[in-house]
Amino acid sequence: MSLFIQSLINGLNQGAIYALVALGYSMVYGIIRMINFAHGDFIMVGAYTLFYTIPLMVSMGMPAWLSVIIAILVCVIIGVAVEVIAYKPVRGAGSMSALITALAMSLFLENLALVLFGANPKAVPEIFSMPILNIAGIILPSKYIVTLIIGIVMMSGLAFFVKYTTLGQAMRAVPEDKQASTLVGINVNKIITVTFAIGSGLAAVASLMYCSTYPRCTTDMGSMLGLKAFIAAVLGGIGSIPGAMVGGIIVGLLEIFVKVYIAPGWYEAITYGILIVVLLVKPAGLLGKNVGEKV
Amino acid sequence: MSNETPVLEAKGLGIQFGGLKAVNDFNIRIDNGELIGLIGPNGAGKTTVFNLLTGVYQPTEGTYFLNGEKMNGKKSHQVVAAGIARTFQNIRLFKKMTVLENVKIAFNKSMKYNLVSAFFRTPSYWKEEAEIDKKARELLSLFKLEQFADQQAANLPYGQQRKLEIARALATDMKLLLLDEPAAGMNPTETAELLESINLIREKFKISILLIEHDMSLVMNICERIVVLNYGEILATGTPEEISQNPKVISAYLGDD
Amino acid sequence: MPKKMKRNYLLNLIGVLVLFAILCGIFDTGLLGKKNGYFLGVSIICMMTIIIVCSLNLLTGFMGEFSIGHAGFMSIGAYASAIVTMKMLELGIALPTALYFIIAILAGGIASAIMGFLVGIPALRLRGDYLAIVTVAFAEIVRVAFTNFQITGGGKTLSGIPKISDFHYVFFTMVISVTLIYMFVRSRFGRAVISIREDYIAAAASGINVTYYKVMTFTLSAFFAGVAGAIYAHYMTAMIPTYFNFMKSSEFLTMVILGGTGSLTGSIIGATVLAALPEALRNFQIYRMLMYSVVLVLVMIFKPSGIFGTWEFSLGRLIDRLLKKDKKGGAANE
Repeated sequence: MSLFIQSLINGLNQGAIYALVALGYSMVYGIIRMINFAHGDFIMVGAYTLFYTIPLMVSMGMPAWLSVIIAILVCVIIGVAVEVIAYKPVRGAGSMSALITALAMSLFLENLALVLFGANPKAVPEIFSMPILNIAGIILPSKYIVTLIIGIVMMSGLAFFVKYTTLGQAMRAVPEDKQASTLVGINVNKIITVTFAIGSGLAAVASLMYCSTYPRCTTDMGSMLGLKAFIAAVLGGIGSIPGAMVGGIIVGLLEIFVKVYIAPGWYEAITYGILIVVLLVKPAGLLGKNVGEKV
Repeated sequence: MSNETPVLEAKGLGIQFGGLKAVNDFNIRIDNGELIGLIGPNGAGKTTVFNLLTGVYQPTEGTYFLNGEKMNGKKSHQVVAAGIARTFQNIRLFKKMTVLENVKIAFNKSMKYNLVSAFFRTPSYWKEEAEIDKKARELLSLFKLEQFADQQAANLPYGQQRKLEIARALATDMKLLLLDEPAAGMNPTETAELLESINLIREKFKISILLIEHDMSLVMNICERIVVLNYGEILATGTPEEISQNPKVISAYLGDD
Repeated sequence: MPKKMKRNYLLNLIGVLVLFAILCGIFDTGLLGKKNGYFLGVSIICMMTIIIVCSLNLLTGFMGEFSIGHAGFMSIGAYASAIVTMKMLELGIALPTALYFIIAILAGGIASAIMGFLVGIPALRLRGDYLAIVTVAFAEIVRVAFTNFQITGGGKTLSGIPKISDFHYVFFTMVISVTLIYMFVRSRFGRAVISIREDYIAAAASGINVTYYKVMTFTLSAFFAGVAGAIYAHYMTAMIPTYFNFMKSSEFLTMVILGGTGSLTGSIIGATVLAALPEALRNFQIYRMLMYSVVLVLVMIFKPSGIFGTWEFSLGRLIDRLLKKDKKGGAANE
């Protein structure tokens, strides 16, 4: 029983991270129908920023959490730069060009990091040293609770933003009908840039959450994390905020439970297997809308 | 109406999208060689009827038959194999393929040579390819398109693209041709040419045609009967004279509210 | 057979034989001295890469769909063929090397084709991004499976594979593979596949069974990826599942895109240049993928169809042109 609860806790923690990353994919896909392969690498960028800035902050006598702000800024700048420099010129050239460009940007960031930071993993120092609770043999690091709370706050904030603010409403209008959005005075390009900024900012927060659970960064940490988060987004229904949350939690729980109870070596295969099944049975995901092509 | 099996017969055909009835209780009978017009205001469900008849959508109600053969449940390519071909409202050509290849595609279902023949270029490959080449060029010349044969389809002028789409549909060797607004966007000269082409294929291929068209003069001019669709349901059926005097049709077009 | 085609086929055959003779002249005589073995290895890797890149172009260029999991199919071919030949060795079956090689590439190709068929039937209902992501997922599953199975080395290096990917055999395997892919593309099958790329709804409305041709193409593409895998396994003699990762698949895709989607000539040149480049510039290794990605973005922005677009090299045409030029030149001189 305690193993079960322990797995549940670890799974929820893992799931919250996936959910936050999934949100980034979902928002971008929802608005320009493109898998932003580089999104996972934004997390890597955030993690390296944390790695370099935390000791800096501490040595300057400033609180370590300030480096989170820096990480968010760096990620937003990189995210917007990628969008403006690489994605914008190929917009309208078809989904094939978009997909390749996104893949190329992912490879670019990863290999740039490899050149700059080397292949050796780096240990990211902890930002918050928080007690690890031990309740009747169940280990509950309190940072997990913080992770979960941050995740929930971010998502509710985003859901609120998209639903009630003018900018958020414009973000929902663009994917419905680009032309009509332009006609009613929405600056589509600006909306897309804002979407990337928010998505990249979320990636920075996700890197904080990731590093508090796995305190190390590697140059390729983003690609597999990104892929699994994308799976979570698809599972929940791409373009849907609650979908990303549900999908993330499901994938997180599933991985931990398969690892603990079924076959430790196979947990990744199970995640990918689920993706394939979901795409085949219900391509719109659990909470998504089905859109067919107009003939 | 004759007693022979109709080319197309639809009984109570309908489809719902999420509770919304896009087409409801659609009945039609098309006999051999007939040209029937399908008209109605925008959004009346005309193209949806075409999509139902060609397997793009599966009807949620009713049945339809081609020469007595039940067609429900058939996929697009099976519908073509059975003998219904169509054109599209927003021209759908294979843009980066040549004009000739566009027509050859439609002959594919009559070609027999297999993968091994293709890999090793056996005599059956050469024989069939030569035959298809000849047939496709004949069809193109019928539409006066032969001089464009080796051009990319995307480079054809608009009116010629429409004609190429009809030529491609004819290459499938069908019994019923569905034309979705073939005159849309055409100038009067092109429309006149189109009219000529339609008359020509009726004469030469002895096929039945169901025609969606907004150009009333064209419809009134060439159709033997007209079916009027409004809000997904049949409003009236009759000869051009009957339709043009039908008060319900007039009010649907002019708007009675 | 039309006369013109007969002439072209003959010319191509001569061209291939001349190329083979030149390569043999270089490698078999030990012209390069100490470096001989090294260049021989590079050329075998290039030829293997040509096969897999052409097979990927069949999907990407002609069918218009992505696979970012082609390294997965390659690994299936590699492991399946290695298991077969190692088993044969173990059982002490003595066959000429050529026969061993043929069995290996067929085993690799067929195993991969079967997998391609099984994956293709359900997956090809999807298109674009979704299909691409399924291919990634598939390749990852394959990698995890090969890491876990005992027969594939159980996460460790699988070694002791016979070294039978001889230069001469590999050369003809490559020529035959590329020729078969070309023949497929220039037949009613290829025409159908291209029409699906152009507009699948119109293709279906013209009587093309979209699913059938897609699965056929996918299976064929997987077959040649498997052949390439078999060559790889029997050249390297040892391998690990992590070699066939996402990065490897992306690399193949890069070669297709740069060479030109829809141009086998482009694939051949793209594969040769990009496979040989890191060998030529050893220090360059760590900048390689960085450069690829920059070039890829530039190509997408400035020439999305790749360097060669859909252009194909034709020996016949080249000779025609040269002869014509000569005539013209001669006329001018008179």
